[in-house]
Amino acid sequence: MLYPILGGLLIGLSATALMLLIGRIAGASGIFFHAFSFTTTEKFKEDAWRWAFLLGTIIIVPVVHFFLPIAVPDKPNGSLVLVITSGLLVGAGVGLSSGCTSGHGICGLPRFSLRSLIATVIFMLSGMITVALVQAFQS
Amino acid sequence: MKKRLSALLSGCLFGAGLSISGMTDTTKVIGFLNVLGDWDISLGFVMAAGLMVTFPAFYWAKNQERPLFANRFSWPSCKTIDARLIIGSILFGMGWGLYGLCPGPAIASLTYGYIEIVYFLAAMFIGMKLVHKFLAVIDD
Repeated sequence: MLYPILGGLLIGLSATALMLLIGRIAGASGIFFHAFSFTTTEKFKEDAWRWAFLLGTIIIVPVVHFFLPIAVPDKPNGSLVLVITSGLLVGAGVGLSSGCTSGHGICGLPRFSLRSLIATVIFMLSGMITVALVQAFQS
Repeated sequence: MKKRLSALLSGCLFGAGLSISGMTDTTKVIGFLNVLGDWDISLGFVMAAGLMVTFPAFYWAKNQERPLFANRFSWPSCKTIDARLIIGSILFGMGWGLYGLCPGPAIASLTYGYIEIVYFLAAMFIGMKLVHKFLAVIDD
C-alpha cells in the first residue's frame, strides 16, 4: 500500500505544480496529442512546455527503478492486433471525451467538474466490464 | 525557460508517481479493474492519494489571481454533458481494460524497451487524430 499511496501523492503534486506554476492541466492525453500536433514553428515553440513535460515523464522512470526496490514491469500481455486495437480505442475515447485518467480524474474531480465526474465513473466501469468480459471469454 | 523547467519538473513528478505507484504495471492495472475476479485494490489508493493533494491544491489555486510563471490559469471551460463525453469514456475504458494502459503510463513506459508501447502510442495518436478529423467534419 505504501508505494501506491506515495506514487499517488507524487501524481497529485505533479498536477499541483503544473497548475500553480504555469496554469495548465496535467492531462497526459491532451499534452501528448498537442505536443505532436504542431503545424508551425511558432506553434512548436508555444508547445515546448508540453515536450518538457513528456521528457520529464519518460526520463525519470529508469531513475525510479534504479534507486527504489521496484522491479521493471513485465511486457504487457497481448497480441499485436490487441495492442493496436487497444491503442485506437484509447485514442478515440480520450479524443472524444477530452481527457483520460489524469485530466478527468486527478485534475477534473477537484475542480468539481460534472463532466469529469461522469467521464471518470464511466471509463472506470467500462474498464471493469471489459476486463470481466475478457476473463469470462478466456475461462 | 521557467515555463519549460516547471513542466519538466511536473513531468518528472508525474513519471515518478506513475512508476512508483504501479500504474505502469499492466498486470496490476488489469488486476485493479478485475473487480469480479481476483481483485487487486492497491491501485485504487493511487487515485485516492492523488486527489488528497489536488483537492486542496486546486481549491487554493482557484482563489489565486495567476500562476507563478504564466499570465493566467487555463481552466477548462467546457461544461457540456453530451454523447461524445459518454461514448468517448466507454471506448477509453474498453481500450484500457483490453491492454492495461492509459495514456500517462503508456508514455512513462517508453524506457522499458518494449516495442509494443511504441505501437500502442502510435495507435493512440492515430485514434485521437481520426476523432478530431471526424469531429471537425460533423461540427462544420
